[in-house]
Amino acid sequence: MRYEAPESLEGAVALLAGAKGETRVLAGGTDLLVQMRADIVEPDLIVDIKKIPETRAIAEEKGGWRIGAAVTGAELKEHPRLKKVWPGVIEAANLIGSTQVQGRATMGGNLCNGSPAADSVPALIAAGAVATLAGPNGKRDLPVEDVMLGPRKLALQNGEIVASFLLPPRPPRSSDAYLRFIPRTEMDIAVVGAGVSLTVDGAGVITAARVALGAVAARVLLVPEAAQAIIGGRLDKPAQDRLEAAAQAACRPIDDKRGTVEFRIQVAGVLARRAALIALDRARSN
Amino acid sequence: MAKHHVEAIVNGDPVEFLCETEETLLDVLRETLHLTGSKEGCASGDCGACSVMLDGRLVCSCLVLAAEVGGRRVDTIEGMATGETLHPLQQEFLKHAALQCGICTPGVLVAAKALLDRNTSPSETEVRYWLAGNLCRCTGYDKIVTAVMDTAAAMRKG
Repeated sequence: MRYEAPESLEGAVALLAGAKGETRVLAGGTDLLVQMRADIVEPDLIVDIKKIPETRAIAEEKGGWRIGAAVTGAELKEHPRLKKVWPGVIEAANLIGSTQVQGRATMGGNLCNGSPAADSVPALIAAGAVATLAGPNGKRDLPVEDVMLGPRKLALQNGEIVASFLLPPRPPRSSDAYLRFIPRTEMDIAVVGAGVSLTVDGAGVITAARVALGAVAARVLLVPEAAQAIIGGRLDKPAQDRLEAAAQAACRPIDDKRGTVEFRIQVAGVLARRAALIALDRARSN
Repeated sequence: MAKHHVEAIVNGDPVEFLCETEETLLDVLRETLHLTGSKEGCASGDCGACSVMLDGRLVCSCLVLAAEVGGRRVDTIEGMATGETLHPLQQEFLKHAALQCGICTPGVLVAAKALLDRNTSPSETEVRYWLAGNLCRCTGYDKIVTAVMDTAAAMRKG
């Protein structure tokens, strides 16, 4: 098993594109090392991307924020300004695992692990985040909702890696929120997750919204119908009911030990409504 | 494939070792460097018994490849006491009998120190959330939390 830690995106891409056999990108390792230990994966080549400056930086760009794919949850939490602008994204990333896991876990890894229950992914999708991929043909941008195709299946081509995320510029009176249901307080995998990002005008009317749901389908879902249900209003009770119904209608969950189909669908509606109310409250005070 | 030659700073001392790619930092600490204070509980990042500081950041050493730590600073439970003088947290753990079998204790101590190094007045809730990744299966958490809170209070008094 070969380990390489290149210092440039080009170097990482060349290693991955030229490799024979199984390859894995190592960011925080909180999924990869567990899978290696459990013999789920035995890579011939591991490419550690943490020495590549682009994957480790948080920087303002074109009025938005660019976050490297290998920035850890703890670093996101400590950033002096990100949490004010994107509280939903940060709270979602910070829900992943323990303090120890936060010291290593990354949003790039959370996305590329390919789990429909990944906590940071619904928040990134609601935020309208774009993933910047580096590959043999250079860079390209892909909306986060288009990166994951299904469990463990990504839209990345051979040799491509997620280098960073771009969170778009934020109009005034905008905010976001992420909620998940787990059977205990901490340290569990989402049974359902819901991310909502929205903008209100000076009169308190919602002018833009995005709603994303996790763990209720084979991939994290962007639900435009749920967003449409609340755009143009003040999120009064009828709008909340429409949002809940639209979110539930989009769900295609599985039955497993963590939740039944019926339970997941019901909770998806409840969490979407509550996340929208929190995002609205935050947006009004921005 | 040749082994990786790694140079790092462990508990303030320069060390060098050879490792295979699949060896974790915990494997090398225990098997190669014979620092057996860090324990392997779950080997999947759930239990925190292998907690160490990596460049000042609390991590599970079972989730770090040893090959990754070249040029970096690792601090383990072995570096916590100063000579024969136990760290205040270690003293409070003894005073409160905040342990039974002791397997989780090194990880709990390393994690608790990481908290107190950045926050000298944590609330009980903050202590409990911070230590949520350190599992104890015998004595329960109340004595551990009390010991951490009392240490913080004592350290604030100086």
